[in-house]
Amino acid sequence: MKKVRVSYFAILREQRGLGSEQVSTEASTAAELYEELRRIHGFTLAPGRVRVAVNDEFGPWSAAVREGDAFAFLPPVAGG
Amino acid sequence: MPSPSFPRWPGDDPVEFRLTEHPIEPAALMRGLADTRAGACVTFEGRVRDQNDGRGVRALDYEAHAPLAVREGERILAEAVERFQVIDALCVHRTGSLALGDVAVWIAVTAAHRGAAFEACRFIIDEAKARAPIWKKEHYSDGSTEWVNCATRGPESPGPG
Repeated sequence: MKKVRVSYFAILREQRGLGSEQVSTEASTAAELYEELRRIHGFTLAPGRVRVAVNDEFGPWSAAVREGDAFAFLPPVAGG
Repeated sequence: MPSPSFPRWPGDDPVEFRLTEHPIEPAALMRGLADTRAGACVTFEGRVRDQNDGRGVRALDYEAHAPLAVREGERILAEAVERFQVIDALCVHRTGSLALGDVAVWIAVTAAHRGAAFEACRFIIDEAKARAPIWKKEHYSDGSTEWVNCATRGPESPGPG
């Protein structure tokens, strides 16, 4: 098990009921981590509509999950 | 977060993207853009509108991934400087709860000539809307709310695989 920090924004934050948490996971990639959390929390957004940030930088879904990493799941943006 | 209205000085970084939870004050921000090389200054003010897609809107909330929004915003401004002959570019975006008519985003671009200033300003707002990790929740007059672009069905962005 690896411990990582996960942050949620906008609709994902509301569906999770909190802004960030520590998660213990066996997921090996960011994509697996999102799918795992989506199953648990019932997120409505398919991964194809979400972007991931790893340690405060946009990352690929194939990014490895390592102990201590910070992941943020970013719904479709709507600034301006 | 810093006040949105502290002045900027000649010699400051040529581009700056700020998030603020305080009201945006364009007049104060403009003073930081004085530069005698600039023959043009184009500004854009995005305001909270009272309707969207035929639904009455009564208020908005904005939320951002702050470090990533600032970094992506500054990348966009740097791209504008590179593509157009821009002297200075500043973009300030609100977070938090906004009322109708409030300024949600404010952009100013100075350049030697008006063409570059207009084009760069348009580029910056279009790219910021498409790329900056900022989200908008609309509160409608019928009491319902919605995160814009986050309906269950919608266009796919590049995802896994």
